[in-house]
Formats: sequence, structure tokens, C-alpha cells
Amino acid sequence: MGSVRLFIDFGSTFTKVVAVDVDIDKVEIISRAQVTSTVEEDITIGLKEALEKIDTELNIRHLPKREALACSSAAGGLRIVSIGFVPELTSEAATRAALGAGAKIVGRYSYELTKQELAEIEEIAPDIILLSGGTDGGDKKVIIHNAHMLLHSDLAGTHVIVAGNKAAYDEIRTISEPSDRNVKFTKNVMPEIGMLDIEPCNKEIREIYINNIIKAKGIAKAKALVKDIIMPTPSAVLFAAKLLAEGFNEDEGWGDLVIVDVGGATTDVHSVAKGNPTSGAVVLRGLPEPYVKRTVEGDLGVRYSISTLLQHLKMRNSSLSPNFEKVVNGLSSIKRVPETEEEYLAEKILASVAVEIATERHAGKIELIYGPAGEMFVQYGKDLTKVEHVIGTGGPIVFSSDPGDILKHALFREESRHILKPKSPKLYIDEQYIFYAAGLLAQTNPKSALALMKKYVKQV
Amino acid sequence: MPKEITVVTGTVGQDSHVIGTKILSRFLREEGFKVVELGVLTPPEEFIKAAQETAADAILISSLYGMAELDLAGFKDKCIESGLGDVLLYLGGNLAIGRHDLKEDEQKFKAMGFDRVYPPEVDLGVAIANLKNDLKAKGKI
Repeated sequence: MGSVRLFIDFGSTFTKVVAVDVDIDKVEIISRAQVTSTVEEDITIGLKEALEKIDTELNIRHLPKREALACSSAAGGLRIVSIGFVPELTSEAATRAALGAGAKIVGRYSYELTKQELAEIEEIAPDIILLSGGTDGGDKKVIIHNAHMLLHSDLAGTHVIVAGNKAAYDEIRTISEPSDRNVKFTKNVMPEIGMLDIEPCNKEIREIYINNIIKAKGIAKAKALVKDIIMPTPSAVLFAAKLLAEGFNEDEGWGDLVIVDVGGATTDVHSVAKGNPTSGAVVLRGLPEPYVKRTVEGDLGVRYSISTLLQHLKMRNSSLSPNFEKVVNGLSSIKRVPETEEEYLAEKILASVAVEIATERHAGKIELIYGPAGEMFVQYGKDLTKVEHVIGTGGPIVFSSDPGDILKHALFREESRHILKPKSPKLYIDEQYIFYAAGLLAQTNPKSALALMKKYVKQV
Repeated sequence: MPKEITVVTGTVGQDSHVIGTKILSRFLREEGFKVVELGVLTPPEEFIKAAQETAADAILISSLYGMAELDLAGFKDKCIESGLGDVLLYLGGNLAIGRHDLKEDEQKFKAMGFDRVYPPEVDLGVAIANLKNDLKAKGKI
């Protein structure tokens, strides 16, 4: 069993463990366990239970727990407030940087912070504040004002990452120095108009996460049993997605892909694709898109945000059965999974609309402009029409009797031609929920991680 | 120039004539300006947002398709509202459709808040000299 590795995902509802034989000639899942999360009391209780289940199932006691790697979205995930100057520019750049690092955006601010906004941020009590503003050599006033506000506030101990106009850094250092603030300086997320540089910021976020945040949330306790908790779960999924798209050395990847993850609280969409215009005579506008892009829709979860989801549904679909709302309300208690046929159908309808809207928001849009020179097209965001692989994950998709039908809602529609969703991709499901494990394994053994995904991500 | 001066360039509205703004941007760079080049089809608001983020000193807008008056209605007010009241506004190109008096164009757009207004053909050397003078008058260089 020397080639067996354990991978753990500490979620807010469940702790999941999977044992994978990573030997490249085999690469298979040999056991898995899921237990209710115990992060509120002591994260190790649930973890022990899950590990024992696996021990019992495999009838061995010598699994290499000390080699086990974990990711976590427990205890609220990695909660970040992003701050910038102009909403569409540095605020958006900072938000994208945080999302790309696997964070949950719990607040987003622009321009000079007011006292009331500061009070709001104190109330939110984020894990990290990401402070941006101004291109390099551009505006300094706003970021310096905001640094003053934050560093003279009650947000003691909150980690602050400064990723804005570098010309303002010396002055911000003089504000932060006398206090014992956790302030880190990194590169500007938007050094020039039309340029994003989010990698250095991502790295900083992950370092703070590993070194500080998991300790503060009680997740680090798990280190008594496993080797390390190395990243937030969405970050692991992003690593896996990139690997599956790009391949590793001589092992070819799938090429451009989209992953839709429907959950109880949010629906996440990840795309790995440049998204350049696929037809000529199109002018690109807006911020450049990250090649690996993640968007999170907080109003499209099938449990916690069921009421807003229901409203979206009513606006789009007038032919719902009169009984529908009652069934949905029955589902809305957080941990309820569907039982009756009626409930499964309701869940499917909810998941479908979540997929439809989340992919609409993620995909780029094209606009037809009539100018004196004739028709012209302007594209904002990514053109995903040529993407060949769309993968569904998350309970509502994976446990549905007809996942393909839900995933079809991620596709391009003639009625909304301006939304650049994939036109004729193959559809897949991650039925074993292995993306997080592949992302963790990819850190040390990308070859096996890629093989693991190719084996278990199944076409529908 | 002793201090780096930042300028924003581009064509406004639905104008896709790229050559003028490209040549202008290149010339400005050669003259030592930091140029934020927004290119063609730029909505008026985008000039403002880019100027805010980069703390620009001037916005130089090109328009060759005759719709500048519509595209730029209220532009100066928006600049003032956005804290850019002190930013120089330059405009050049074919500013109206059909035959028209260049003097009238200049008066009209100056009344709309533009500091300098140029015809479709202009010696860039003259325009840059104007820009430097205007920046000097504002104490920026």
C-alpha cells in the first residue's frame, strides 16, 4: 500500500476523505468516507471518524496519514474584503485576485471608504482585507486614505494585503509601522489600465492562509493527524481544472474547459480558456480576463439562497406547477436532501436555473453596434462558444438522475445569442467528487493527478 | 519633462477609426508622456474611469465619424463630478457630419468644456506644444 495517499476536504457541512492509489499504472480510488463536519467543536473528531471508516473498509491500519494533504472551506472558508478605487477597475481586479485564490468575497468597496463602511467591515470581520487602488504611478490619494482608515480602525489582527499603486507604498508603510498590524505589500493587481497581475497577490493570500488563517479557525488542529492543510478547497479545484485543461508533459490535457459546481450556498463556475474572440471584426473591451477564471454566485445556492433562486426561476419560467413552491420550501431546511420523486424534480429544476444563470454571468457578452461604417461587434469577457468540455460537480448535479439535462443549461442559446456560452461541448460529471483530491495531488504528482481525473470524470 | 505626465487617449463612442489615436499616442510617448491608450470604441465613461485610476493630467479624444457632439454631451460635467475638473480635455477630428465651419466646431466644443479643439488634420508638433503650455499654466510641469 506504499502508493496510497489520503486527501481530505474539510467542508462546512461535511468532512470528506478519499484514499487514492496514486501508482501511475493503476491510479484508482480505493476508499472514501464522508462524515458530518465537527469544525465548530473540534475538527479532529470528525476527521478521526472518517479515517477510521476508511481503515475499517480497507481492513488496514497503516494508511499513510502522515502524508495526507487537506484543503478546507470550513468555518466560512477564506473570507476576504476587497477594496479598490474605481468599481470596474481596481476593485474588480482585487476581487478577481481574491476569487482566483479560492476566497469567498464577503465585502467589496470602492473609492474613499467612509466611517460607515469601515464600521461595516469591522462587523464583517474578514480574514483578509485586500487593499488596492490606482495603477502604478497613478492615483495615490484613495489608497492612502483607505490605508489610514483601515490601519487606525478596530480591525486589530486582521491581515491586510496591499496590492495597489506602488508609488503609495512608502507612505502606507509609515502609517502601518508604529502599530503591530499584519500588513503585507505585494505587486499591484492592476499595474496599468488593461493589465491584470494577480499571481503575486494570489501567492500572498495563500501564504497567509496556510500560516495564519487555518490556525485562527481551528482547522490547523487537524495537523496532529495529517501532514498539512495547504489551500482553500476552491483553490484546489482551480489547480485541478488547469491541469486537466493543459495536461502535463507528454500527457495531453483536454484543452479549454468549464466546470460548474452547484452547492447549497453558492454556484461556482471555473473556466480555463483564453476566451479570445472566435470570429473576426470583434473589438475586445473591458478588463482582460484571467486564463483561469472563477466566479462565485452567492445568490444561486440550492439551499441557503433558495428564496432568491426561486424568484429567478419565476421570472424565467411561468409554467411551474402550483405545488412547486411548497416542495421547494420543504427542501430549504439546510441539510435536507431530496427524498420523494417530486423533491428530486424540484431539486433538478433549481439546479438547472442555478447553472443557467451562473454560466450566463461567467461567460462573455457580445454587443452589436451600428456605426457609420456598418455593423461592428464589441466583446466583453470571455468567448466560451468553442469550449469543448463542460463538467458538472456538486451534489445537486452528481446525485441527479439526469445530470446531462441540468448541464445543458450551461450551453449557448439561440434566444440569447449575445451570451458567449459553449455551443456544442461534451458534457461530463465529476461523480466521485475528485477535483479537490486531484488539485492536492497535483502539487506533488501532477502526472497521477491528471490520470485520476481522466479516469473518473465521466461523460454523460 | 521633469515630472511624468499621464495622458489618456482613444476614440469615443462607436468610432472605430484607429489610425489618428494610434499616431497621436505614439507621438506622445516619444515626447516623454505616459500614455494610457484605450483604443477605439471607448465609451465616454471609460475615459473618466481610466483617468481616475491613473491620476491623468489630460484626456485626448479622437473622433472622426461626426458624432462627437452626441457622444460627448455632458462630458466636462461628468469629469467635474468625478473629481477630474482640473484635467485638460483635448478633442480632434471630424467633429460634425457634412460641410461645416471649423471655427464653429471649435467654439461649440470649447463651450462644452474642451480646452483645445483640432481639425482632422493637424501638425502634432503644434498640438503637443499647446499641451505643454497648458500643463505649464496649470503648474503641472
